Amino acid sequence: MWAYAARRVVIGILLLLALSLVTFILFFASPADQAKLACGKQCTQAQIAVTEKALGYDKPVYEQWAGFAKGVVAGRDFPIDQAQREAAPETVTHCAAPCLGFSKYYGETVNSLIKDYAPISISLAVVAVVLWLFFGVLLGIAAAVTKGSILDRGIVGLTLLVYAFPTFFIGVFFLKYVVVKWGLLDYPYYTPIAEGGVWGWLTNLWLPSLTLALVFLASYVRMTRAFVLESLGEDYIRTAKAKGLNSRAVLFKHGLRAALTPLVTMTGIDFGTLLGGAIITESVFAYPGLGLLTVQSSQAWDLPTVVGIVLIAGSFVVLMNIIVDIAYAFIDPRVRLG
Amino acid sequence: MSNPIGLQDGGLADPASTSGASEEPGGPVISKSPTQLAMGRLLKDKLTMISAAFVVFFVLLALTAPLAYHVFGWIDPLKSDQDLLNDFSLPAGKWGGISSDHWLGVEPGAGRDTLARVWYGTTFSLLIALSATIVAMVLGVVLGIVSGAAGGWVDAIIGRIIDLTLAFPQTLMLLALASTGMIMVRNYLHTPAGNVTAAVYVVIVLGAFGWTSIARIVRGQVLSMREFEFVHAAQMMGASKVRIYFREILPNLWAPILVTFTLMMPAFVSAEAALAYLNVGIGAPTPTLGNVLSDSISFADTAPVYFFVPACMIAAIVISFNLLGDGLRDALDPKGNR
Repeated sequence: MWAYAARRVVIGILLLLALSLVTFILFFASPADQAKLACGKQCTQAQIAVTEKALGYDKPVYEQWAGFAKGVVAGRDFPIDQAQREAAPETVTHCAAPCLGFSKYYGETVNSLIKDYAPISISLAVVAVVLWLFFGVLLGIAAAVTKGSILDRGIVGLTLLVYAFPTFFIGVFFLKYVVVKWGLLDYPYYTPIAEGGVWGWLTNLWLPSLTLALVFLASYVRMTRAFVLESLGEDYIRTAKAKGLNSRAVLFKHGLRAALTPLVTMTGIDFGTLLGGAIITESVFAYPGLGLLTVQSSQAWDLPTVVGIVLIAGSFVVLMNIIVDIAYAFIDPRVRLG
Repeated sequence: MSNPIGLQDGGLADPASTSGASEEPGGPVISKSPTQLAMGRLLKDKLTMISAAFVVFFVLLALTAPLAYHVFGWIDPLKSDQDLLNDFSLPAGKWGGISSDHWLGVEPGAGRDTLARVWYGTTFSLLIALSATIVAMVLGVVLGIVSGAAGGWVDAIIGRIIDLTLAFPQTLMLLALASTGMIMVRNYLHTPAGNVTAAVYVVIVLGAFGWTSIARIVRGQVLSMREFEFVHAAQMMGASKVRIYFREILPNLWAPILVTFTLMMPAFVSAEAALAYLNVGIGAPTPTLGNVLSDSISFADTAPVYFFVPACMIAAIVISFNLLGDGLRDALDPKGNR
């Protein structure tokens, strides 16, 4: 069991190393003049050269990556060039481990940027995952037990309909129609728990989270429905019924059991992806999460921030994968042998 | 990762269970090929046939748009006519300017015909989705076959590449890479700047992130098909490995490939729309469903017709392709003798 977990963690770490290397190659091996872009349009040739040295763009990609990897482990100081640091010690920014880089555009370390923006993405993801899991599983079961009925068709059809509309359309529809035109809800602004308490946090969060959850709802409904239907035809269900177990226990204890493994997998991966920022939803609702940060920083060619977010988001996915794999070992005894 | 709806079983993996003869009491025994059986199931499935008709309709729309514009002159997606707008640059008249000349109303701001925008937009949206699907399919099928056929370390490496690809947060990467990616496309492929480069970038990146699902399916099918008699027969005759895998096994994989193809198209139509909202991809004045819709959100409350028309078009395309894909999967599933 622990050996299995340890192996998964090691593979995960290797995957993250590969991820950072590939990200680096993708972003920094491009023919674009990174230093010029980071410096801005008004920069002179000399200023560009200074920026290039300050951010280490004058070095080959593998050296930049090695510096980055060292920063993650041990932290590093910016500007990267030692001569520059000694010439102007007052401009030196220390970036403690795990250091993800320095954004010239925002004038702060990528870590502090992510620290500011991540809570919003995490909040959105948490509320969304609760919404889609609750309604997805509930509607999926309802559809499965009423297979072929109007209810079943209605549930499957409606969730597909909602899925088919682009997220930003649904978000804008909620904002411009439900909130502004019809005045049914208050305009949502992100309120941290520290300011508005749990209630204020939640009431401002649920509309964007619902927008996010609606994208995922259809696949969770269909999957729950498919697995519950499949397991309801199994012999052990007949046995459970025959021994006089009430139908609710049969459904929730035995029927839903088969759907548990794929549900855990899907939830883990979708949740992991969302932790890295829901770009569209955050843009529509103007919620300053990692997604919005990505939009802003990629428009500003602020590559260190973009790379930092990609890596954080990738780590979330890898981390959730590890958690899912370990959860398997608990849910499904057969996995432990593998 | 597990496949919730059983795509892995979607092929003609088990001829033993499908090449059955339909026996009618008293009548002659009619034997049917698996394909004939699948066709029979498909033709009986009303919902799938209706969605197939819609898919054909949308494909015809996409094919005829250039004719309608350039040859017959029925539509002009680029012609702007300020006379159709009122003093606020909104469509004059009721229902967003719907009239006998403008069936779906008029675009606010520029005063272009919405039907023309949406009709021609369907062409570009489906073209992008089709190209991205083809890229993903070719990559996925080739890598899947190589992975399943070679086994050993090649299989392991391709498996790790799949893990790595899945660890990248997709939307985030598409957006984050856009700035550098477009420069790379222009430099390496020498595409003309502007929309062509943007379209090529979107196709390449969507394809590069979309191939993993079909690769896994194909790999699984190849593994199960390796031990079939026709493969042994080909081996006996001294066929080369390349011949066995690409000429003997590949043609037998058409069913899962077709299903995945049908389900990938709508995913990429949605992806194009989402990217258009983030200003990545083909931009106005060239219409795509995505950029028409993302243009319309600034008029969401003032010109509702213009807001809802492209969204409904996208939804209709996504729904009909999805339903067709589901129907095909059910029909082509050899275990689907319900």
